[in-house]
Amino acid sequence: MVNLTLARALTDGLRAAMERDPKVLVMGEDVGKLGGVFRVTDGLQKDFGEQRVLDTPLSESGIIGTAVGLAIRGFRPVCEIQFDGFVFPGFDQIVSQLAKMRFRSQGKVPMPVVVRIPFGGGIGAVEHHSESPESLFAHVAGLKVVACSNPSDAFWMIQQAIACDDPVLFFEPKRRYWEKGEVDPDATPPPLFSSKVLRAGTSVTIACYGPLVRTCLDAATAAQADGLDLEVIDLRTLSPLDLGPVFESVRCTGRLVVVSEAPSEASVTAEVAARVQQECFYSLEAPVLRVTGFDTPYPPSKCEDDYLPDLDRVLDGVDRALAW
Amino acid sequence: MSQPQAWVPVDPRSRPSREQVLAGLRGTDAGGPELVQLLTPEGQRVSDPRFDGFVDDVDATALKSLYRDMVLVRRFDREANALQRQGQLGIWVPLLGQEAAQIGAGRAMRLGDMAFPSYREHGIAWCRGIDPTELLGIFRGTDHGSWDPLTTGFNLYTIVIGNQCLNAAGYAMGQRFEGKVGDSESAEATICFFGDGATSQGDVHEGFVWAAAYDAPVVFYCQNNQWAISVPLERQTRVPLYERARGYGFPGIRVDGNDVLACLAVSRWALEECRTGNGPVLVEAYTYRMDAHTTSDDPTRYRLADELELWKLKDPIERVRVNLVREHHVGGEFFDEVTAEGDELAARLREFCLAMPEPAPDRIFSEVYAEPSPLLEAQREEFLAHHTSFQTEEA
Ligand SMILES: Cc1ncc(C[n+]2csc(CCOP(=O)(O)OP(=O)(O)O)c2C)c(N)n1
Ligand SMILES: [Mg+2]
Repeated sequence: MVNLTLARALTDGLRAAMERDPKVLVMGEDVGKLGGVFRVTDGLQKDFGEQRVLDTPLSESGIIGTAVGLAIRGFRPVCEIQFDGFVFPGFDQIVSQLAKMRFRSQGKVPMPVVVRIPFGGGIGAVEHHSESPESLFAHVAGLKVVACSNPSDAFWMIQQAIACDDPVLFFEPKRRYWEKGEVDPDATPPPLFSSKVLRAGTSVTIACYGPLVRTCLDAATAAQADGLDLEVIDLRTLSPLDLGPVFESVRCTGRLVVVSEAPSEASVTAEVAARVQQECFYSLEAPVLRVTGFDTPYPPSKCEDDYLPDLDRVLDGVDRALAW
Repeated sequence: MSQPQAWVPVDPRSRPSREQVLAGLRGTDAGGPELVQLLTPEGQRVSDPRFDGFVDDVDATALKSLYRDMVLVRRFDREANALQRQGQLGIWVPLLGQEAAQIGAGRAMRLGDMAFPSYREHGIAWCRGIDPTELLGIFRGTDHGSWDPLTTGFNLYTIVIGNQCLNAAGYAMGQRFEGKVGDSESAEATICFFGDGATSQGDVHEGFVWAAAYDAPVVFYCQNNQWAISVPLERQTRVPLYERARGYGFPGIRVDGNDVLACLAVSRWALEECRTGNGPVLVEAYTYRMDAHTTSDDPTRYRLADELELWKLKDPIERVRVNLVREHHVGGEFFDEVTAEGDELAARLREFCLAMPEPAPDRIFSEVYAEPSPLLEAQREEFLAHHTSFQTEEA
């Protein structure tokens, strides 16, 4: 058992994957010598060389597009997009090539490419550095989308994503990079595309992912003082969704609050709500409620505490579900 | 039929090898023989018959004014950097070392011209009459740019690398469509700022293609400061950047980006080419990022201090000071005055920063759409109710 920051757990996971398979490459802006702006790839270029850890030219379309080519050639590229808001120059390659290659070739050309994206706000950054674009990718057939929330999951999920033969958009909660947690390198991890009940409870179910998992767990602790027993589920995988544990929980609690930093309209949280009302209609005591970022562009950082769902807004959602 | 010209690789002696640079052993510092220069690093005025005519109005008074611009811009840049260190700004993007490249280009612009900056163009903002205090909101996190792009002729900062090159091409197409290109006094041009790293982005290449296809009056002004965060120029290009223009069918030129006189002359020439219908033009201002990429960056991880020492010898401000003293006999009093003015500006910037109000709580919802959105209105009301409930609880 080791105690690692989330960033360091990712480094160790990447390192393990690179040691296991010489076809695994890391590529992105500033990932080599600098070790990435968040230092997630720190030391990898030194140890694996410049041909396995590529400081690329400044072009996201180039990063994704060449990763597609490298994958056709049998490599397993792990691309780093420096910040969430900079994935869009690469969006075309992700949607048009990466997502569709297997389908178009009818399985002859698999696309084992991972696209790592630090996402979410809360770090006081300038524009384009705090966005939550995961729903845009969850909407695209052919892509898998996951989000880790803690060091242990980070360590295992990155390795599982690299081992996956489908393209995986791998979202990392950047404001949690420096939070520490236990990682057991000898454990057997749960499957990548599975959600996880982190806290069992009977009053209200909360489904969340990424940076807000910590927030929701804190909300559950706070609610306990008021005699409420919240169940907290970390979705972990956003596409495909693994809603079995959510259905089971809702059948017991009758109430669900879905939480994300991303805006609500046409989103992952909307998908969860739709499926839960379909599967659990007769168990629901209240409509599925959502606590999300507002449907606006990400605001200047002095406004982000108001924009981002916090403990109070989560508990407010819980109260509304109970008061229904 | 003419024979295709044999391809001549770049003279390997004129610059360090790719391998050396990528290994961080030696930075690129020689601009090569193609560099347009009017003031040497030692402060000597040298002649360039192609460009002398574009600065023949620059007498001692005008040169003093360019000097003042550079000193003041550097002074407020340093103050903002310090404000970040003291926790008053979330981040600062220093322009240290690029004062000449920006003041030269900024002072070449006319009132009707339009600039499309990236995020380091504080010197261009200065020349467009934007007070340095107006830049602070972006970095303190109170706004995304507080000035009016339309009345100042200075678009909002663009952080997504390369985006603005297409926007600039489009704006310039508009200038052309409205008949603003010609030789009259009312002719207009656009100038677009981006870095060496940005030249790898598709948007920049597409901007070149579109501007060429529509003869758009746009100067693509690349400040090659040798680095894109930790990535050296050699990772982005095999040929000098200005040479790329030829492939798109318009002229490209490399100017000493630490020479304010040369930057002024070349920018005036390039803007005039555009105004008279010979655009677009690519200008590569060959310079150096003397500070970190931003206050979040640690350049000791990827480049050697020696490189900075080399470039300090080419400081853009020092050479003008020397020239003013030696060739125009400007006395110490002038320099003292400018220093004092800089200190006053810095103090005013600091005072303003410390007193900046927080944005109104519902700033989040303002001006997302021209027409009110029912969804947002509902969210706004819910938010304000929630917000007020906390205000009253705290009171
Ligand atoms: C599309 C996009 N990708 C990545 C980034 C992160 N980033 C910010 S500045 C920068 C380097 C830019 O280098 P250059 O174009 O040379 O400009 P300079 O900062 O040196 O002025 C990078 C990679 C970004 N802002 N936008
Ligand atoms: Mg640069």
